[in-house]
Order: sequence, then C-alpha cells, then structure tokens
Amino acid sequence: MSTQERKKSAFSLTVMRIKAEPFLYLAPFALGILVFTLYPIINVFLMSFKENFNYITKEFSGWGLGNYQYILKDPYFIQAFKNTFFYVFIVIPISTCLSVVIATLLNQKIKFSGLFQTAYFLPMVTSTIAVGLAWKFMFNYRSGVINYLLNCFGFESLNWLQVTTYNFPALCIYGIWAILPFTIILLLSGLQNIDPMYYTAAKVDGAGPIKSFFRITIPLLMPTIFLVLIINTISTFKVFNELFPLFNGPGVSNNLFTVVYYIYYQFRVKMPSKYGYAAAAAVVLFLVIFVFTMIQRWIEKKTKD
Amino acid sequence: MKKAIHHFSFGKLMVYLFLILGGIIMIFPFYWMITGAFKTTLEIQMFPPRWWPASFSLDNFKEAMRMAPFGIYFINSVIAMVSCVTLCTLTTILGSFAFSKLNFPGKHILFGLLLGLMMVPFEMIVITNYRTVIDLGVYNTTLALIIPFTSSIFYMYILKGFFDSIPDSLYQAARVDGCSNWKYLWRVMVPIARPSLVTIILLNAISCWNSFLWPMLAVVNRELRTLPFGLYAFVSEGGAKTELMMAASTIIIIPMIILFLFARKQIVNGVARGGIKG
Repeated sequence: MSTQERKKSAFSLTVMRIKAEPFLYLAPFALGILVFTLYPIINVFLMSFKENFNYITKEFSGWGLGNYQYILKDPYFIQAFKNTFFYVFIVIPISTCLSVVIATLLNQKIKFSGLFQTAYFLPMVTSTIAVGLAWKFMFNYRSGVINYLLNCFGFESLNWLQVTTYNFPALCIYGIWAILPFTIILLLSGLQNIDPMYYTAAKVDGAGPIKSFFRITIPLLMPTIFLVLIINTISTFKVFNELFPLFNGPGVSNNLFTVVYYIYYQFRVKMPSKYGYAAAAAVVLFLVIFVFTMIQRWIEKKTKD
Repeated sequence: MKKAIHHFSFGKLMVYLFLILGGIIMIFPFYWMITGAFKTTLEIQMFPPRWWPASFSLDNFKEAMRMAPFGIYFINSVIAMVSCVTLCTLTTILGSFAFSKLNFPGKHILFGLLLGLMMVPFEMIVITNYRTVIDLGVYNTTLALIIPFTSSIFYMYILKGFFDSIPDSLYQAARVDGCSNWKYLWRVMVPIARPSLVTIILLNAISCWNSFLWPMLAVVNRELRTLPFGLYAFVSEGGAKTELMMAASTIIIIPMIILFLFARKQIVNGVARGGIKG
C-alpha cells in the first residue's frame, strides 16, 4: 500500500467515525423504539387485515376487511364503543368545569396553598387499582359511606356495584375524581400565564370577581381549556384499568365493555385468542386518537402564533 | 369603602369553604383506605360507618401478608421500577443528545417520525409486544416487565427540549478545547439538565410503580407479580376481606404518597410542562 493510499484509508476511517458517532448515541434508544413501538404498530396494522390469522403458525386465509366487518357487527364492540363514548361525554365536561373553578380558586392568593395542592393533586400519583378498591369499599351497598351520605340527605341506598344500571354512574364518578388532579394542574399553569394586568384593569373598572371570571379568566384560558379537553378525551377514551378494582372486569353482566377492554378481551380473555379482531379494534382506537391528536396539534400551533 | 372590605372577606370565606370541601372529597378515599386498614371485620361492616378505627393494630397488614406474598410483590415492583427508570434514563440522555447537538443525515425526518409515533396508544401495541416477549423467550420472567420500557419517545422529547435550550456556543467552545462529545455530555449537559432529568425520572418512576396492564399480560407466576397486579389478583382470586384489601392497598400507595410529599413541586411542574404519559 502506498503512503497516499494509507493516508486515504485513514482519512475515510475518521470520516466514518464521525458519521457513525451520532448513531452510536442513538442506537440504544432506537433499538427499544424499533422493537417495542415501530414494529408492533406496523404489525398490528397488517394483522388487522389478515383473515383468520393464527399467531403461532403465522397462517392466515387471506387479506381483507373481514376482521373489521366482524367487529363492527359484534354487539360487544358496539357496546364497548357506546360505553366509551358516553363515558368520555360525561366525564370530560363535568371534570373540566369543576377543574376550571378549582384552578381559579387555587390561583388566588390563599393561605395553605401547599396543603390544598397536596390534597387536590394526590390522586395523580397513586395506583388506580389501590384507590379503586377504596372506592369499591365506599360504593358498597350495605356499609358504604356513599350510601350513608345518600341516606343522610333522604335518598335511598343504591346498589352501585351489583346492579347493572348503577355500574356506569359509579365508574363515571370514580373517573371524574381520578382525572381532576391532572386537569387542574394544566389549567393552573394556563392561569399563571394570564397577565395580572388584566385583572388590575378590571378592578379599576369596578368589575367584581364573578364578572372578571367570565369576562377575563374564561376567554383568556380558552386555548388551555381546549387543549385539556383534547388531551383528556384521548386519555379517557382508553378507560380500562378502572374496571378491574370496581367490578373485577367489565361490569356485573358484561355490560361495561370499553374499547380497550374489548381489545384485551379478544386477545387475552377469549380462548382461542382472536388477534385479528383485537388488531382491528386497536386500529379503530388508533384512528379516534389520531383525529383528536391532529386537532390538538392544530390548536397548539394556533396558540403559539 | 367599608362595605367593599366586608364583601371581599365574605368572598374569601366562600373560597376557603369551597376549597376545603373539595379537598376533603379528594383526600377522602385515602383517609377511608388507611383507616379501613386498621378496622376489624365487624367495624368495617357497620352502618352507619365508623369514622375512626377502635384500635390501631397491625393485624390486617400481617394477615394480608400471610395470605399473599406482598413482600415479594414489593421487591418485584422495586426491581422493575429501578431497572426501567435506569435504562430508560440512559437511553433518553444519549438519544436526546444525538437529536439535540449532533448532526446526522435524516435527523429531522427521523425526529418528525418519532413525534408521530408518540400518539400511538400503548394499548394498541400491547397485542404485538405480548407476542414479542413470548417469541423472545422472556415471557413470564422479570425481564419481560422491563424490556418494553427501555426507551420512551415522550421522555426523549422532553429532555431534547431542554438540551435545545442550552446554547450551542457552549458546545462549540468545548469542542474547540478538544472536549469529546462523550465528555461534554456527561460533564456539561447532564449536570445542567439535572432539574429536567429529575422530573422525567420522577414521572417515569410513578408510571412504572402503578402500571397494571403490562404486568398482568407479561407474567403469570405468582412470585413474579408486581404490586398493582398482585393486589388485583389477591382480590379477584379469593374474595379477600375488605379490611385486608385496604391494608394491601395502603402498602402500595404509601411509597408514592411519600414521594409526592417530598417532590410535589417537581412532579407538578413536570406534569404541567409535558403532560403525562398516556
């Protein structure tokens, strides 16, 4: 090898080193993403179009929309979609309204604000299963504290956990309570971005607290409220864990299927597992979340401008 | 003027009353769980309910630990949490650095793709991941609880955002002084980014500790379960008594309550900045 050639190869070696370095930093991260995020997504999409797919033998009868046709006719899936939709429809407006009020009050100059924050935010860090069991105990028909309170106000006890009609309200009450901390935090940080000058100006103009709440707080907080609505819609659409502590599954008579529970049911509960149906349901879930995420990004972009 | 002051303090009073009432509702399930953990079978079935246990004996905790290996579940949870958080933090630091400060072809396209992947719900990919751990031969081992969580786009995105805010001039200066990327990352970037790192570590630790769906899918053996799934199995497998359920639930939430009391500000700020992982 001539000197020139040696120089050249040494040169290309350094070039390669420089070029390879970023990928070395990226490799451990990329490995996890490739195997446990990217590959599964592609796989689930493909699987949803494979008819009569058997995961163990990898055999399937052909490509088509069979899985989608099946789930869209499956009463359990229709029920799951309805339940999930109503759950979102009830939990989101109530929790958002409550959170706007609570966040506004927490944003005032108050004493013990640390103590209040601890109380309001604690449910965010605790296990859904463990706290759900505490709610199960509170919802108990005979000795539950919720029925005790109902009796105190002259109402009759409700069998929250064992009667189909009351299962859903119980789930919603727990769901609202559980989502409040996160919602309040996001709204509170939105409130802290409102220039206090607006309130000073309103005071000078003689506006009371109620008036300034509706005329200043609400309009200026609107972008944050929209954002919270979208983020919470996405997360409540995935309602699943809450079903286990309260009802040991989807309600007393399989009346509380949700979309995510349906996915779980198809590939884990049902024997033999129906991966195709689970994948098709997962794609439907993905599409719903995709639409809401697009709206979210659009709002974020608009508020930044 | 006097009237205005009067009006003001009445308003303040209402604010406090409302906040206290709301605070009681928020905190009540915890109170009920922890006091329930000390009640006897008789006390727990009383109606109207007993607001305070007659005695604070640890019998329910002992009985729950005797009926199910909560000590082992606790250790499993700690092992899974520490491994997940350590590995994920490492890959996050390296990955964020590459995306923030290093140049490579296709960087922006790749980053855009990752942002797109961020919206994919975990509940969707779990179907394949369940099969993947089986095919890799790690199904029903502690490893299965860890390997799907070694990288997170969400945390990488947060940390990259922070790395981006560190001026490039600092990086250029260090490079001119002959500082390697590796040294620069660990000696300069990581110490500066400490608050952000603490935040992502805390958020990650909380979500690992509380995770339920994946441990339920990934392990079947009793001695491999983590706390939330162990607790659920305890309840669903053999009609556990309410007071034992409350004792076991208390064991699970106490570490997170302590963590929250010590690091409330970091956790709340982290959630406010990046939202929470879905």
